[in-house]
Amino acid sequence: MTVDQDTCGARPPRSVVVVGASHAGVQFADRLRAEGYRGEITLVSHEPYLPYQRPPLSKAWLKGAATEESLLLRDPGHYRDQDIELLIGVGVARVERTGDGVVIRLADGRTRRFDRLVLATGAAARRPRLPGSEHPDVLVLRELDHAKSLAGRVAAGPMVVIGGGFIGLEVAATARALGAEVTVVEAGPRLLARAVGEETARTLLEAHRAMGTEMLLATVPSEIVHDESGVRGVRLADGREIPAATVLLGVGAEPRTELAGQLGLACADGIIVDERCLASDGWTLAIGDCTVHHSPAGGRYRLESVDNAVEQANAAAATLLGAPAPERPAPWFWSDQGDQKLQIVGLMGGHTAMRLRVDPDRPRRRVALYFAEDTLIAAECLNSPADFLALRTAFARGRRPGPAELSDPGVPLKKLLSAAVPS
Amino acid sequence: MPKVFYTQPGGEVKVVDGAVGDSVMATAVKNGVKGIVGQCGGTLSCATCHVYLDPAEAGRFPEPGEDEDDMLECTSSDRADTSRLSCQLLLAEGADDLHVTVPETQV
Repeated sequence: MTVDQDTCGARPPRSVVVVGASHAGVQFADRLRAEGYRGEITLVSHEPYLPYQRPPLSKAWLKGAATEESLLLRDPGHYRDQDIELLIGVGVARVERTGDGVVIRLADGRTRRFDRLVLATGAAARRPRLPGSEHPDVLVLRELDHAKSLAGRVAAGPMVVIGGGFIGLEVAATARALGAEVTVVEAGPRLLARAVGEETARTLLEAHRAMGTEMLLATVPSEIVHDESGVRGVRLADGREIPAATVLLGVGAEPRTELAGQLGLACADGIIVDERCLASDGWTLAIGDCTVHHSPAGGRYRLESVDNAVEQANAAAATLLGAPAPERPAPWFWSDQGDQKLQIVGLMGGHTAMRLRVDPDRPRRRVALYFAEDTLIAAECLNSPADFLALRTAFARGRRPGPAELSDPGVPLKKLLSAAVPS
Repeated sequence: MPKVFYTQPGGEVKVVDGAVGDSVMATAVKNGVKGIVGQCGGTLSCATCHVYLDPAEAGRFPEPGEDEDDMLECTSSDRADTSRLSCQLLLAEGADDLHVTVPETQV
């Protein structure tokens, strides 16, 4: 589809609506204001809360170390100061393009018209078709309400986490630290199969076992067993039953694309967007977990992360204002699991070699470096925040040396990477 | 309530009323102070909340822990004697006003 530049931001619209008010939506609104946009900005969220941070839900919130107030992305007064309208606690039932804008029908029946639409609808927790999984004590974790339910169940008895992904593992570590008996059931042969390499996955597996969590790999659940008193356990395909009072499903998320579907936007495991965050109609902007976008190397991929939400929000704001998208740094991620701090920079897909650096004096510090031929493309840093920063900075400055230059674990990465500056 | 004075590299100052128990990072992010990103929310994972403390006020906070110290060695803008990650600076009850300067870059 071709894009008409005149309708795509050369003249900023007078009003813009963002469906979804999480990391991406709030960043988008703030960025527009920071860039001098003076039109109307409206954020709509189905959740009955002021926009809040999601990453702490599986950690600080569950531990009781965060409050609803400390979770807030911005102070309530910030939205007033910046003249950002918040419509919270109301979903969007329908979106319709009109000749010169978009009409939004809210779930409570109100309709509003805007000049421009941004979809930041996020993703919903996947619920596998598993007998018994509809029971109210079978939980998922994406939203604050989910986190509240989960926090209320940690002391209720043994917990089974189905799925060895980031959310499942973070919850397992937190619940374990709170004294719960925890079992993780992962169908695949290892943890985090889509997110990290084997070496890092193995280290994390050992760490969870050392925390006292039962870790079952290559194990398929067949049913969640419950009776009138509640959830009793998880039955496995081999017939065993693991006792459980609470089950957390941590088997990934589905991008919310219903509204995109109403607009006829191309979707494939997410709303397809380009680097300017334009959807297939060349007009609708889409940002954050609901999107799937083209990598510079070709292919489509979906990133669920705060970093991606922020970068796409900034790109979409530039697009709306008719400016070129800002240059995008390498994606990065983090996950805290008990005393294990994992930080990732870059994407390891397509790597041809991996080099592991273990600090000889502090073996908890492990960095897996991924190379495509002779170029560094990604790194997974465990308990090595300084190495992570040195790597992220190197990526940002285009320093991507090959394995030979980074192999000596006795020399800090910071030194090796600054030595690798092209003269 | 302690007030936090955030000075931009260009000299522009924004004053924010802080809440006791909040960090200097959270106070900035929640009130839209430019140049303090705090993307990880304060878990020492991103080092995008680097600030320079006023030298006269630097002694009010406990020394950086090992991770913070390591990360400060690798921040995007160079470390100075009064560099801190502002997620680690908590506003205490009855604290005096605080003055921090935002660095040129965070990433």
